[in-house]
Amino acid sequence: MLTIPVSHGLLLAGILFLLGFVCVLVRRNIIFILLGLEIMFNAAGLAFVAAGARWGQPDGQIMFLFILTTAAAEVSIGLALVFQLVHRLHTLDIDQADGMKG
Amino acid sequence: MELLWLIPAWPLLGFLILTCLAARLPRIMAGSVGVGSVGAAALTALLMAWDFLKHQPGRNAFTQHLWTWLDVAGLHLEIAFYLDALTLVMIIVITGVGFFIHLYSLGYMAHDQGYTRFFAYMNLFVAAMLVLVLADNLPLLYLGWEGVGLCSYLLIGFWYTDPANGYAARKAFVVTRVGDTAMAVGLFVLYNQLGTLQIQEVMQRAAAAWPAGSTMALLTALLLLGGAVGKSAQLPLQTWLPDAMAGPTPVSALIHAATMVTAGVYLIARTHGLFLLAPTALTITAVIGAATLLLAGFSALVQQDIKRVLAYSTISQLGYMFLALGVGAWSAAIFHLFTHAFFKALLFLGAGAVIHALGGEQDMSRMGGLKQKLPLTFWTFLAGAASLAALPLVTAGFYSKDLIIWQAFASPRGGLGFWFMAVAGALLTALYTFRMVLLTFTGPARTPVHHPPGLVMRLPLLVLAFLSLTAGFLETPHSLGHMRVFSGWLHTCLPEAGLAAGREAYEILFELLAGLAALCGIFGALRLYHPLAKSRYSLPESLRQYWIKGWGFDSLYDRLVVRPYIHLAQFNKNDFLDLFFVFLAWLAKTGHQTLAATQNGRLRSYAWGLGLGAAAIAAMVVLL
Repeated sequence: MLTIPVSHGLLLAGILFLLGFVCVLVRRNIIFILLGLEIMFNAAGLAFVAAGARWGQPDGQIMFLFILTTAAAEVSIGLALVFQLVHRLHTLDIDQADGMKG
Repeated sequence: MELLWLIPAWPLLGFLILTCLAARLPRIMAGSVGVGSVGAAALTALLMAWDFLKHQPGRNAFTQHLWTWLDVAGLHLEIAFYLDALTLVMIIVITGVGFFIHLYSLGYMAHDQGYTRFFAYMNLFVAAMLVLVLADNLPLLYLGWEGVGLCSYLLIGFWYTDPANGYAARKAFVVTRVGDTAMAVGLFVLYNQLGTLQIQEVMQRAAAAWPAGSTMALLTALLLLGGAVGKSAQLPLQTWLPDAMAGPTPVSALIHAATMVTAGVYLIARTHGLFLLAPTALTITAVIGAATLLLAGFSALVQQDIKRVLAYSTISQLGYMFLALGVGAWSAAIFHLFTHAFFKALLFLGAGAVIHALGGEQDMSRMGGLKQKLPLTFWTFLAGAASLAALPLVTAGFYSKDLIIWQAFASPRGGLGFWFMAVAGALLTALYTFRMVLLTFTGPARTPVHHPPGLVMRLPLLVLAFLSLTAGFLETPHSLGHMRVFSGWLHTCLPEAGLAAGREAYEILFELLAGLAALCGIFGALRLYHPLAKSRYSLPESLRQYWIKGWGFDSLYDRLVVRPYIHLAQFNKNDFLDLFFVFLAWLAKTGHQTLAATQNGRLRSYAWGLGLGAAAIAAMVVLL
């Protein structure tokens, strides 16, 4: 069976995390920001799975299940926020929602 | 004896009553409290004097300890009063003359708005002055010293609606403060070196610790002399006294003639033990006195304002006292202080009666012809003037001034130079005094008389005139009966002057010369200023102006001190010490603005912040 070195898995996780984060930073559309967040979740999950494979333990995969659950909960809240945004400001542009400033 | 504390307590009580009940007291009550409290103090003082003479206490002094004032780290100060011959003379003068001046004020201030306030300040002044002379230790003396300074300030600026009066008050306060600071430093040095501030103790320890002529003794004596010079308006701090005439005339009589300005003389006499250890300081005192008496005499000669003549004359007479102190003639100085209090208070009160009668006119060129209209004022004023001019044989001023002039020559510290300046001063004194009398009372009337003085104003004039003529018989020279009541009495606490070898033989000659100088002055004044006089000699205008302005000391100080200080203040308007605090405020404000700008409400910039922060932490973990 072909084994993938753990460093490759972690590297891929890092790249995915960074891509997701860049998506959060540069996109103004709130839906893309939520997508970026999803990618970051999955990057973290991938890192857990890679680490679990490295030590031959199931903990990594269990942790990934937790992350999936959290992500699902997060998405439901995120979509509620999208609805509110559209409802109140009639836009998906997150920069329009800057009312709370000092 | 145990009632000694009552003497300052009476006027203090009067002050408290007058201040606390100010508006609620009817005028008649305010007047009686104001005069009554000083009268009670005068009676108590007389009782004390009688008691003191009857049971001569041990060591010729009586100390009353009231309570402990301060007891910190070895500094033990008591509220304690010390009564000896010198103090007794002072309290008799303060309460006696003070009482008559208060009585006179009843009439003089009768129509003034601030009647109650006036008596409150006057009572506070008398209380402070009594504390000053009764004090057993130097800080208590200093308390009285500052108290009289405060009252002087309040009373010079009594008519505060005129800014000029406020200016005069501030000037008096600030200029005397120069001397007061020197004195305070002197007290610190004394405590630092000797470990005590109790006056008698200080003199004993100083005599034990410092040899005569040592630097430390000279330093402390000079610092105390600085205080005395400021308070007694001697060169170079004399500029405040002529301006102090802005106050009501009874104030000038009480504070700026009879009592407060003599506090400097009292201070030096009280600490004579210290001055005897520093012969240089004594010489400086004598030189200051001699120079001041001449300078002020010339200025008095040309003044037009009757009160300013008297002010310069006071400076000049105080110069005599300093000269006497400087040559070691302690009792002569105190004797002149004693007679001066009577005749100068009388002259001020007489001048006040004239000013009052003429409705506030103080310019002598607009007086004249008052001899017929105010005969009592004229005759009493003449008695005071004769005493000031030292008219031989019949006046108190003659005996006291003559004693000083003689001692200026005959004392071991004296000399022909001092004698000559003193005699020249006597001539000047007679000249300006009778110029003032002639300009005020003779010649054509120039201003109509409004209010002739009432009974309460006439009585003090009469009493003080009597004293001005007779107080001198307590002390007469060898050639004239040789009475020694006053000096014999004072020598229980002040050392005798003594005579330099071989000088007693000249006494009659020198006394004749001094008497002659006074007569020449009076005669000269009659020739120059009598309305019927033919010769009209006038000084060159520029010199006259120079003397009127008091030898230009005011403009000198203005240039040397006041203006540079104002320039400095303007230059440093944005106080440079303040810059640091301004910077702190700026820092807080800018920091606030910067941080507030980051709180921009944009989700993505927060995310940037989060990311950068995490990256920074990660970088730190990796790199460190």
